Amino acid sequence: MATFKDFRNKVKPNWCPGCGDFSVLAAMQRAFANVGLEPHDVAIVSGIGCSGRISGYVNAYGFHGVHGRALPIAQGLKLANRGLTVIAAGGDGDGFAIGMAHTIHAIRRNVDITYIVMDNQVYGLTKGQTSPRSEMGFKTKSTPHGSIEAAINPMEMALTVGAGFVAQSVSSDLKQLTHVIEEGIKHKGFSLINVYSPCVTYNKINTYDWFKEHLVNLDDDPNYDPADRSMAMQKLMENNGLVTGIIYQNKERKPYEDMIKGFKETPLSKQDIMLTREQFDKLVAEFA
Amino acid sequence: MIKQLSWKVGGQQGEGIDSAGEILATALNRKGYYLYGYRHFSSRIKGGHSNTKIRISTSPVRSISDELDILVAFDQETIDLNAFELIEGGIILADAKFNPAVPEGISARLLAVPFTKIAEEVGMAQMKNMVAVGASAALLGISVDAFQEVIEERFARKGQKIVDKNMEAISRGVEFVISEVGDISNFKLEPSDGKKRLYMIGNDAIALGAVAAGARLMAAYPITPSSEIMEYLIKRLPEFGGTVVQTEDEIAAITMVIGANYGGVRALTASAGPGLSLMTEAIGLAGMTETPAVIVNTQRGGPSTGLPTKQEQSDLLAMLYSTHGEIPKIVIAPSTAEECFYDTIQAFNLAEQYQCPVIILSDLALSLGKQTVEPLDYDRIKIDRGKLVLDDEELPELENSELFPRYEFTPDGISRRVLPGKKNGLHHVTGVEHDQTGRPSENPVNRKKMMDKRLSKLANGIQFEEPVFLDAKHEEADLLIVGFCSTRGTIHEAMERLEAEGMKVNHAHVRQVLPFPTDIMAEQMKKAKKVIVVENNATGQLTNLIKMHVGMAEKLVHIGKYDGNPFLPSEIYKQCKELFVHGHI
Repeated sequence: MATFKDFRNKVKPNWCPGCGDFSVLAAMQRAFANVGLEPHDVAIVSGIGCSGRISGYVNAYGFHGVHGRALPIAQGLKLANRGLTVIAAGGDGDGFAIGMAHTIHAIRRNVDITYIVMDNQVYGLTKGQTSPRSEMGFKTKSTPHGSIEAAINPMEMALTVGAGFVAQSVSSDLKQLTHVIEEGIKHKGFSLINVYSPCVTYNKINTYDWFKEHLVNLDDDPNYDPADRSMAMQKLMENNGLVTGIIYQNKERKPYEDMIKGFKETPLSKQDIMLTREQFDKLVAEFA
Repeated sequence: MIKQLSWKVGGQQGEGIDSAGEILATALNRKGYYLYGYRHFSSRIKGGHSNTKIRISTSPVRSISDELDILVAFDQETIDLNAFELIEGGIILADAKFNPAVPEGISARLLAVPFTKIAEEVGMAQMKNMVAVGASAALLGISVDAFQEVIEERFARKGQKIVDKNMEAISRGVEFVISEVGDISNFKLEPSDGKKRLYMIGNDAIALGAVAAGARLMAAYPITPSSEIMEYLIKRLPEFGGTVVQTEDEIAAITMVIGANYGGVRALTASAGPGLSLMTEAIGLAGMTETPAVIVNTQRGGPSTGLPTKQEQSDLLAMLYSTHGEIPKIVIAPSTAEECFYDTIQAFNLAEQYQCPVIILSDLALSLGKQTVEPLDYDRIKIDRGKLVLDDEELPELENSELFPRYEFTPDGISRRVLPGKKNGLHHVTGVEHDQTGRPSENPVNRKKMMDKRLSKLANGIQFEEPVFLDAKHEEADLLIVGFCSTRGTIHEAMERLEAEGMKVNHAHVRQVLPFPTDIMAEQMKKAKKVIVVENNATGQLTNLIKMHVGMAEKLVHIGKYDGNPFLPSEIYKQCKELFVHGHI
């Protein structure tokens, strides 16, 4: 059985020292091993940006695509081979700016993949511009007088559009982060995991210390019930989205693959594709 | 008795015009006649003038004609808009209900038939279209029995009573016309050869081709004039374990297709110009990552939203060049419904053989024009997955977290492709420049080698069955007429007329646009004094492409049309003729 070390490769990440994404990488590797996966069972589809490089840092199959489109690539891959564990990963710009439509529709569609957003509330790879996750007033190169646009609250948004699995964690809590990724993988259907992954270079506001001070860990609340959607929404609103843990999980909803008429357990990619003469004749008869 | 004629039915959109044309055509196709049907419609669901023109012939036809023999009108607007097309001695069958009148200067004969009244007597006013079918059949000399099977299939689920009523409506239409004009009509068709053939639109043929090619996933966003491909596959793919995903936009569609092909299933998307514009970045990703992908573009009037329901061929250069950077890409352009079927199968093979995106370029007239197709041949369906590592092939152990050389340098530039999930096949895929295992690399030596590797895949040509359709019997020709996509039949008819007048005319229809078949075109162009390029666009895109690849600019003449309508044979004929009259040839 594979251990987390089997998911490591020899590529040295090009992230800044102290970047939150290192923890996400480590948590992913641990989670894969903990749920009993082998490297060839896993495919990571990532977007563009600092975080998008993550697919190249895991010893597994990796697809580094175009900006904002990790989700449709990942869904196409999962539909082609439902036997794979498919992880989509990227940054907050990828998921909540250029790719926001895909995020919402992937949630609605509910294909059984896990989406990990490394949310640093800033654009790092382009050297520090505002992100849809930047708080109002946040000063960057593109917002020298402070952002005048409201920040998106991705967890509330996900609940609103009907997500079946919504979790949030932070890079400084490797244990919880690993746990929520494991649960996301095990969840049947689309799971959204937003990770506060601090940018040590371009975000001097939302730092490790800042999160330590502001985050509320739902795991510490014995009365919190992740099956209760309205409680989830209330908690998010009360804390301006700054909570960690599994925020909401609906175990009843079937994944997309299980709802497609005629869709088989055998992955599409492994099925015989040549029609028989009889099948062909029947198809052609429609046009006679 | 005549060999061929044109029949048109028109009225308000949603009045049963389509089904009148459909039923008449299907019955005639089954009797062994050759047909070509073209719908004139607007971007709305109900209301607005709409018509369907059907060419009926005892020999193959692939074009609408200049003339019209029979016009069936459900309103005066239909007569006012279309009567000018009628030949001397043509006939208008119009619903007596609206007191039809023939516009001044039109010599056609008007026969007012109580379509609505008869339909009401039979039981339902909306069956007026079936009365019209009967009235038309009487003129053509087609017996009522010819419709029995078609009507049964079409209305069976509504019960025998409805079948009978529709048949009665047809019979009453026949009877009325015979009682008015007698059993003598100038439009009686000569007997057909009685052979069984198919009758389908290009989009049906593309969709059927995709199923036959083993495509099992489609991701698409609805758009005119491509949606029929999606509709067909929504109906049929589940029977073969596959599915269609209607995505949030065309970017999601193409990237889902890329993900699915990467995962090992043959997947496609289909759209028109606006969708293709959105897809261009991702097409570059497919080229860079050497991922197969099949994309159908059913061209319509552009730019922007343009003319969504009208014919144009103005996406040609965009399909070749719209992606940033330089990638290997194949663009093929079928010109008949039959070719739509076989070319789609080839497209999936090419995409996997050369590991690159393949665009099937159609146009509205080909995608929606309905034509007789010779029986499709099961034995011509071949599936070739190129250098795909098969499921049962064992790969050598990867030591020490090494990676599989997915982008290995090879003599033909094509590397072995392994699917995710395969043991010992681990590798990376990225749109960033990469080394042989898919790891990002900015090394200039590697960069150049990788660019050369990708581009070399197509550098020596591709294995495509018919890069140029040729009807070129003259070693020394006055004219070579060149076209692509739906203009095939129209050019053929213009050519026949020119030849009848003693001109020597060859015809070349470009079917493989990229890589461009330079040698074949150069050889044909050398034989001709002038080369006429017929294309539905304003700027002469194919003309310029030929100029770029072949040269011989002094021989090239561009004939363009971009008013939204397909060419008529007479338009091509006249413009070619003028070149003679003015001494250019």
